[in-house]
Amino acid sequence: MKRLLTIELQKIWLNKASRVLSIIYFLSLFLLASIALIEFDFGFFKFEAAKSGFFNFPYIWHFTTFVASWFKLFLAVIIVSMVANEFSYGTLKQNLIDGMSKKEFLLSKFYTIILFSLVSTLFVFGISLILGLKYSSYTEMSIIFSDMSYLFAYFLKHVAFFSFCLFLALLIKRSAFTLGFIFVWFLGENVGHAILKYKILGYTPKDKNTEVIDWVKDALPLESMSNLITEPFTRLNFVKSVSNTVGATIDKNYQVQPIFVAIVLAWTFIFILTSYYILKKRDL
Amino acid sequence: METILKISNLHKKFKKVHAVNNVSLEIKKGNVYGILGPNGSGKSTTLGIVLNVVNKTSGDFEWFDGSLSTHDALKKVGAIIERPNFYPYMTAEENLKLVCKIKNIPFDKVNEKLELVGLFDRKDSKFKTFSLGMKQRLAIASALLNDPEILILDEPTNGLDPQGIRQIRDLIKIIANQGTTILLASHLLDEVEKVCSHVIVLRYGVTLYQGTVDGMLANEGFFELQSDNLDALIQAISNHESVDKIEVQDGKALVYLKAPLEAGELNQYLFNKNIVLTQLLKRKTSLEEQFLKLTN
Repeated sequence: MKRLLTIELQKIWLNKASRVLSIIYFLSLFLLASIALIEFDFGFFKFEAAKSGFFNFPYIWHFTTFVASWFKLFLAVIIVSMVANEFSYGTLKQNLIDGMSKKEFLLSKFYTIILFSLVSTLFVFGISLILGLKYSSYTEMSIIFSDMSYLFAYFLKHVAFFSFCLFLALLIKRSAFTLGFIFVWFLGENVGHAILKYKILGYTPKDKNTEVIDWVKDALPLESMSNLITEPFTRLNFVKSVSNTVGATIDKNYQVQPIFVAIVLAWTFIFILTSYYILKKRDL
Repeated sequence: METILKISNLHKKFKKVHAVNNVSLEIKKGNVYGILGPNGSGKSTTLGIVLNVVNKTSGDFEWFDGSLSTHDALKKVGAIIERPNFYPYMTAEENLKLVCKIKNIPFDKVNEKLELVGLFDRKDSKFKTFSLGMKQRLAIASALLNDPEILILDEPTNGLDPQGIRQIRDLIKIIANQGTTILLASHLLDEVEKVCSHVIVLRYGVTLYQGTVDGMLANEGFFELQSDNLDALIQAISNHESVDKIEVQDGKALVYLKAPLEAGELNQYLFNKNIVLTQLLKRKTSLEEQFLKLTN
């Protein structure tokens, strides 16, 4: 495992574009901390991020993991190009000839995905902990370390998303097309669901009985990944009080739900196993 | 003698093409093998299969008497197929170190092999700055990193300039002289004739000849004769018992033999028949002529 990781990390680290992207990625995680500096004043409504409750334990775990996961696109570019490059350079073939098995080749990529996700999770953990200790109103141990499930969800979400990228890159073999396809897929999940729901099945937006068709959408790869960590904003007290005054009630489960964990795990297995199958069947 | 690679009844079918058709061969330690064949004859596909990059349709192959899995066996093999494949953004040295990691061997030999192929001075240059000849030499250095049991070269001089071809050819000779087993696929027949002890000739995936180079060239050869009176010469020589057939080409008689005949003997025979030769040349068919005869 260590051998496979050092091989893959050498490939990534010596590539200038990948190196710059990974540095930008980890720096941008630090930018999260700068949210604490946001302040604006509308006269009737004064907002100071540091005092607004964003950084209260345990809410901060939910908030930072949600925001930080947007940055994963940087790493996705690295993952896609590290696979696509092997095809364009012809080095996949050379690696195999040099004595790497197809399984080892795939594992070296997958271990790298896990390493990236793990380091990213640790980063977010560290940054949140520091921000929280500085600004949180509650600093009891038991409160600080509650709701850790968000960190696990963050980790899993990244592993799954990168496995998706790995699988598509292996299938398509070109980085630009793969990245384009991921975007199209993202649109496709939503558009496809809308067409199926409103056009084909003839539901209207007012219909209440749409659980089945909505579940189909929830089970799709990107949707299930995004469902792992729900948006945290409406959970804040001041947002709740605003929405209460305008008469809207928000009734939502903000926790990490085991069913989504199971779906996302299943997709990860499917992506990796299918990748292996494709690699094995293909003549290079 | 120890068997390094044994291929039995190997087939590969692409959608419509039967690229490798029932190929069997055995590579013994210490020999130098040449695989000959026109373009598209299945040479590269055969090599691709034993090198784990192409899936076989049927048949079998085993490395080192089947004692190792294919990918572990390949760690003891050095191979270059088609063009040199390295990471363009890494230096020569970094690329070789990566290969060491894949082969699970220490970095000791990196400098030694770079020196052997004459790239030591350029070890810190990025691969993408190399000329094709340098890239190909780096590929040879990489294939030699583990002091392989067998070196497989597929068209190693393809696309190189005359200097590059010469350098690669000299390298192959050095390596062959060190006793390394070599499997060389090439169009350059004089190269194969000079370096190889055994040949396999393929066409449309079918083995046409397999055996020693000497065996393939084993024939009585032919004479190139010229005389002022060509008709009389042909008349006289067609009665000789060792003569197989006679062809006339550019005012010369090409006399093919079916039994051994020395030049002096022939000269004496013709002289006795009052024919004086202006030219007498005994030749052997080259590998090239033999090859063209086989594959046409």
